[in-house]
Amino acid sequence: MAAGNRSEAAQGLTLVAPPFAYALLVLGAPLLTLLAYSFFKDGYLTIIYEFTLENYLAVWSDPIFHKIMLRSLGVAALVTVVTVALAFPVAYFLSFVVSSERKPLWLFLITIPFWTSYLIRVFLWKVILGYNGVVNSGLKSLGIIEQPLTFILYNVNSMVMTLAHAYAPFAILPIFIALEKIDRSLLEAGRDLGENRMMTFWRVTLPLAMPGVIAASLIVFIPTIGDYVTPALIGGGKIPMIANMIQAQMLDIDNRPLGSAIAVTAMIIVAALSLLFLFVNRRFLKVRQ
Amino acid sequence: MTSPTSSASARRPDRSAARALIECRDVQKYYADYHALRGIDLTIREGEFFSLLGPSGCGKTTLLRTIAGFEDISSGVVLIDGQDMAGVPANRRPTNMVFQSYAIFPHLTVAENVGFGLRRDPRPAAEKAAAVEEALGMVGLKGYGNRASHALSGGQRQRVALARALILKPKVLLLDEPMSALDRKMREQMQVELIKLQRQVGITFVLVTHDQEEALVMSDRIAVMFEGQIAQLDGPEALYARPASRRVANFIGVMNFLPARILDETENGVMVDAPGLGVVEIPSRNISSADPGDEGPSIGFRPEAVSLLGPNVAAQNRVTGGVIDEVVYYGDMTYYDVRLDGSASFDGKSRPVRIAMRNVFGREVQDVGTRTRVSWSPGSLILFR
Amino acid sequence: MKGGGLRAYALIYLLFLYAPILLLPIFAFNSGTVIAFPLKGFTTDWFVQMAGNAAMRRALTNSLIIATSSAILATCLGIFAARATTRFSFPGKGPITGLIMLPLVMPEIIISMSLLVVLLGLGVKLNLLTVIMGHTLLCMPYAVVILTTAFNSLDRSLEEAAYDLGESKWNAFRLVILPLVMPGIISSLLMSFTISLDEFIIAFFLAGNEPTLPTFIYSQLRFPKQIPPIMALGTVLVLMSVLLLTVAEYFRRRGVAKTGGTDSGGFL
Repeated sequence: MAAGNRSEAAQGLTLVAPPFAYALLVLGAPLLTLLAYSFFKDGYLTIIYEFTLENYLAVWSDPIFHKIMLRSLGVAALVTVVTVALAFPVAYFLSFVVSSERKPLWLFLITIPFWTSYLIRVFLWKVILGYNGVVNSGLKSLGIIEQPLTFILYNVNSMVMTLAHAYAPFAILPIFIALEKIDRSLLEAGRDLGENRMMTFWRVTLPLAMPGVIAASLIVFIPTIGDYVTPALIGGGKIPMIANMIQAQMLDIDNRPLGSAIAVTAMIIVAALSLLFLFVNRRFLKVRQ
Repeated sequence: MTSPTSSASARRPDRSAARALIECRDVQKYYADYHALRGIDLTIREGEFFSLLGPSGCGKTTLLRTIAGFEDISSGVVLIDGQDMAGVPANRRPTNMVFQSYAIFPHLTVAENVGFGLRRDPRPAAEKAAAVEEALGMVGLKGYGNRASHALSGGQRQRVALARALILKPKVLLLDEPMSALDRKMREQMQVELIKLQRQVGITFVLVTHDQEEALVMSDRIAVMFEGQIAQLDGPEALYARPASRRVANFIGVMNFLPARILDETENGVMVDAPGLGVVEIPSRNISSADPGDEGPSIGFRPEAVSLLGPNVAAQNRVTGGVIDEVVYYGDMTYYDVRLDGSASFDGKSRPVRIAMRNVFGREVQDVGTRTRVSWSPGSLILFR
Repeated sequence: MKGGGLRAYALIYLLFLYAPILLLPIFAFNSGTVIAFPLKGFTTDWFVQMAGNAAMRRALTNSLIIATSSAILATCLGIFAARATTRFSFPGKGPITGLIMLPLVMPEIIISMSLLVVLLGLGVKLNLLTVIMGHTLLCMPYAVVILTTAFNSLDRSLEEAAYDLGESKWNAFRLVILPLVMPGIISSLLMSFTISLDEFIIAFFLAGNEPTLPTFIYSQLRFPKQIPPIMALGTVLVLMSVLLLTVAEYFRRRGVAKTGGTDSGGFL
């Protein structure tokens, strides 16, 4: 403790070294390897260590890649919009209506499903939405429908539903935190200055909650794009997303350079879109609360 | 043991002859580019209640932590009891600390907190328990030993922190803003208790505070710090009556300032001309030449160093007429802003001066706009040049 | 009541969140072999059948080994990271923390594929160890988040006080910091254990021929006949998760109460 700035830094670095080294070894190095592979040639079951841009050219000119990438982006965007729109009122309710001693309980209730097996939850949606699933069989036994509803089956709709469910807490929490940070007297000031409830929400609450909404959007969007289980289970493998394509290239087809190139390309696209999204919304992020 | 120069001697034991316990010599401290301590020279005597007073960011806490061993110094020397503290870590120094937050261990009971430092003490457990009980008794918490520490009030936490530090019988007790978490009533009560406790144990206390009143109430001597330097080191009375600079004067209490023209150096002091006051001779001990300021020389006096005369009271000192500009009534005191006759004679700017009057029985509060007389004596004026 | 409409909406939303989990036990105890309404009758056969399944027991053992190891490793690494970032400032703090927290936002498919490529390239045999490796990486950021909260709620002067009272730095850490962050450590262990127990993708790609509970479940989903027993297994798994999480939450809150902080609630 009797330590100057230099040894303070040294102590901090020493302490952080083990987790950092672990992340570097198990995440950093593999990611760099992936990047390196994407510039090598595939020699059918072996890899030819020769620099090439072929993989990227192949990826960019592949209509299947375009289709799957666009579908992934579309699904992820749709899931993001649905999830955030559904989550906002809940976060608002939690922050403004629930009394402060009940808040931890509500938050706990909301986060619990998130921590239970993702696989089982996804599978259950399949069971719920399937041709002979819970919804259809339930409605049929109640005599409401004659034939099973098909619009909820093995398609983008059911995938969006499943993913919106899976990422719900991810969307609620950042918005809730942003709402919690809003000084309540600002809202009173808004009303005091003559705005009604709706306009106060529109002119004060929403802009101040935007950092949370933006964070929620990214937190939902990024992992959704990379989701593997939902397309495999719910989509019945017929509507693959980018993660399934990467996996297929890497393992089933065993073209690791091409698979790596797809992965790297997808990551770049997602990163670029995320940055663009942040840039578009930058005016909201400037507000420091 | 009384010394004629120390006005504190009447109520505080004079320690000017006591030996030095802490000595700082040209202590410098840099945080990267920030120069936190700029050459601190300081001697704290044994048994003294010493305060480091200054606004936030002046380096007082840094200096305290330097003495405690939590910060090492960039250059200079810190001696405690004649021993160089360079390289001696905090856990090996003969100092203990009462932290601003009190740092009461929330997972331990009151007794476990107080006995924390006795863990390596070779004495048998029963003796240690007795020591803990004695320390608790000293701070007025007898019988509180088994209480959970997180349920204590602010004042109780402070007492536990004191007992925990004093049980180790340190040579120096360091207190980092110990009153800042307490409300006003509690603060005043703890100030008195702390003085008593310090006299009782006879340990040297070094207090860090930004509260000038607290420093004046509690300390034998006070070091006023600004920007990493000691601006003045003096007893409370001297500090209040004869601040070394306009900045110290403003930090400790309120002081009125009037521009002054220096006319002549005399045998006993300086002859000056001040607007409203006329030509006065300032005695040399009331002359402060530490203030560089570009405002030129000025005359300063405390609001209570002059008085308003009632309509039928005969003047005993020099008297200046004036008009009451503002009256602020505080119950026990009334503050008047008075525009002295001729106060604008220097530069056309009229400067009302603040005058504090105690509301004793039979003295009426005067009204705004009333013509009045101000009584003052040259001995209560200070010249900053 | 204030916000009546919002409250109704929130309750419906909760129902949406819990719908799949609530259906799980219903069909686990339903004697019908098809997962559909109307329900047939009550049975515990599926649980018995699942308990007698040797492949399931093997998967369970594997999962417990993996989850325990990953929880301990991730929490230990998390303690280092949380302590370093809350107590010290050092150059490169942002990027270093960024990399440690990266698995939180990185799609698991990328984590598992890149790790798989390296492991295969190095000729490492896929087994439980490789899964533990991946799960430790995945759990580490969660451990860091929980432990950072625990370390952050500590007043830095507590440690200084212990040091000032004559203890060595290590003893100050052992006697003061460790007991105070212990609820956070337990919470982190339980949380990491739960994450690892439920994790599918990394286990799917990095386990080689060794099954874990989720990969076992996945393999059984293809056979309609196996689905009711899987519902039974899922029920047990979800119950375990909920139990572990409740205990973790209990310890987290106790930690908050102990250090006298205010509860901001919830994980993440």
